[in-house]
Amino acid sequence: MAIQKTGVIPVYCNRKLNGSIGSLLHAVKRDKYLLLLILPVVIYFAVFQYGPMYGVYIAFNDYTAGKGILGSPWNNFENFKVFFHSSYFFRNLRNTILLNGYGLLWGFPIPIVFALLLNEYKDGQFKKFTQTVSYIPHFISTVVIVGMIFNFLSPTNGLVNSIIKLFGYEAVNFMVKPEWFRTIFISSGIWKGFGFGSVIYLAAISSIDPQLYDASTVDGATRWHKLRYITLPGILPTIVILLILDIGSIMQTDFTKILLMYNSATYETADVISTYAYRTGIVRSEYSYGAAIGLFNSTVNLCLLILANKVTKKLADISLW
Amino acid sequence: MKFKKSFGEKTTDIVIFLIMLFVITITLYPFIYVIGMSLNKNTLTSMDTIFIFPKDISLHSYKTLFSDPLLWKAYYNTIWYVAVGTVINVIMTMLGGYVLAQKRFFLRRKLNLFIIITMYFGGGLIPTFMLINKLGMYNTRWALIIPGAVSAFYIIIARTFIESNIPESLYESAKIEGANDIGILIKIVIPLSMPIIAVLSIYYGVGHWNSYFGAMIYLPDRNLHPLQMYLIDIIVKNSSRVLEDLGIGVERTLEMMQIKYAVIVVAILPVLLIYPFVQKHFVKGVLIGAVKE
Repeated sequence: MAIQKTGVIPVYCNRKLNGSIGSLLHAVKRDKYLLLLILPVVIYFAVFQYGPMYGVYIAFNDYTAGKGILGSPWNNFENFKVFFHSSYFFRNLRNTILLNGYGLLWGFPIPIVFALLLNEYKDGQFKKFTQTVSYIPHFISTVVIVGMIFNFLSPTNGLVNSIIKLFGYEAVNFMVKPEWFRTIFISSGIWKGFGFGSVIYLAAISSIDPQLYDASTVDGATRWHKLRYITLPGILPTIVILLILDIGSIMQTDFTKILLMYNSATYETADVISTYAYRTGIVRSEYSYGAAIGLFNSTVNLCLLILANKVTKKLADISLW
Repeated sequence: MKFKKSFGEKTTDIVIFLIMLFVITITLYPFIYVIGMSLNKNTLTSMDTIFIFPKDISLHSYKTLFSDPLLWKAYYNTIWYVAVGTVINVIMTMLGGYVLAQKRFFLRRKLNLFIIITMYFGGGLIPTFMLINKLGMYNTRWALIIPGAVSAFYIIIARTFIESNIPESLYESAKIEGANDIGILIKIVIPLSMPIIAVLSIYYGVGHWNSYFGAMIYLPDRNLHPLQMYLIDIIVKNSSRVLEDLGIGVERTLEMMQIKYAVIVVAILPVLLIYPFVQKHFVKGVLIGAVKE
């Protein structure tokens, strides 16, 4: 209070000595209610987000529950070395990249095409209905989707195999065939996400200046011309940014879905780095090794994301942070 | 001047219409098929599974399912997780969003960074798991509530909304009237933020309804399991009392199949029923989020 009463000058004079502390106290006093309000949020992030970051320490030691995080013997990069030399490393790295890479290849263009088609369709009611329906799968849980996959593909009474049998062929047990895993995983992912994924492109399309279309009509542009020379260039920045971000997150897999879908028969194509970290760390309680595998994955992730962000910044002057 | 549509334009319209029909079909077909199968009579033969509509309607698979007390328990648990979880999520998100939207707040930039960093880097699965265990939340309901009490991404969305919808001058005049920051939040910001609160509630709520991984790693006790875990036991793991109680033989596998379809219906029906009413909020959520992206 004293600081406030005497005005600016004393604060200015004492700046070298305790000015910063003084103004800090002043700010704390002024914003005390704001501090109080955000306290639970800060505690949450400190404990549940930064806490585990501190826990990453165990990736560099040989953790045993009795000795605790700091007491367990330090073993440098031993956990990482074991992982890099194991037969899992290349297989799971390959599976991670292929699963996401193919997923991007097939899954990325579909929402764009769908948004463009919706935009071309002028009938309001039917268009609205199509949109509404196409968003539904996005809100259906992964468990239900995986459950439907199991049911539909069941070798005994599944829809798909019933049809296969109808034509006189042998039933296929899809869920234990490694060559089918990627197809099933990716196509179900597309089914879930394509409709809702189009929302962002539709928003981009709706922000294009309608005068451009009017002017081009006067100039005799056809529908195709408008699509090619107005709509597509209009949403290109959005496409580029989302594409780069997706490439940046190529190491991030929806591993909880894989956990539901895979089994030891399909590990060959289905096992990714995160599922392996889950099996070692959680199922087998090899905490240090599991944490090291997880840390490797999230570090590569972060590097890719920073790289992707650099590229978008250069291309479109848009940055995540 | 409207010209008559050329032949080419008309064909394009028809092609687009057909593609839309295809989209609607592939999206809705699985749902209708699942409902149809769950309603079939248990005299079903394996060839009947090809048809989308049931031959003879019967509720026997639902009767079997509803006789399992664990299903009711799971349903109750899920409602509990959704209700308690969402209330905590929304309160925490609004607290964060409101404070970080105050331009004059002296820690604004620092705390912003503090929160945003967690969107891009985290300790990972195993250190988090160990922390939750250490805090004594293992095998308690709180393991599904507290570790996900708030999401950094939604704080940013709430902040963006408050920044762009509530003018600075409103805070200033409230201050002159003698209101403090807590009063401003309750009396001014909350009432003006109802649209974003609706968006947040729905996103968090659906998230809780659909989540299962937390229960999978933290809750060995079946009595605490949410509906999604019950589903996993029946459909994915084939390990449920409901299935074991059925007889053995060919009819059994068909009956099992029907129960599996019925349990899917039980899990998605609430979502499908409220979906038409809340649909516009979902879209709004994406658009507010896109401003920041």
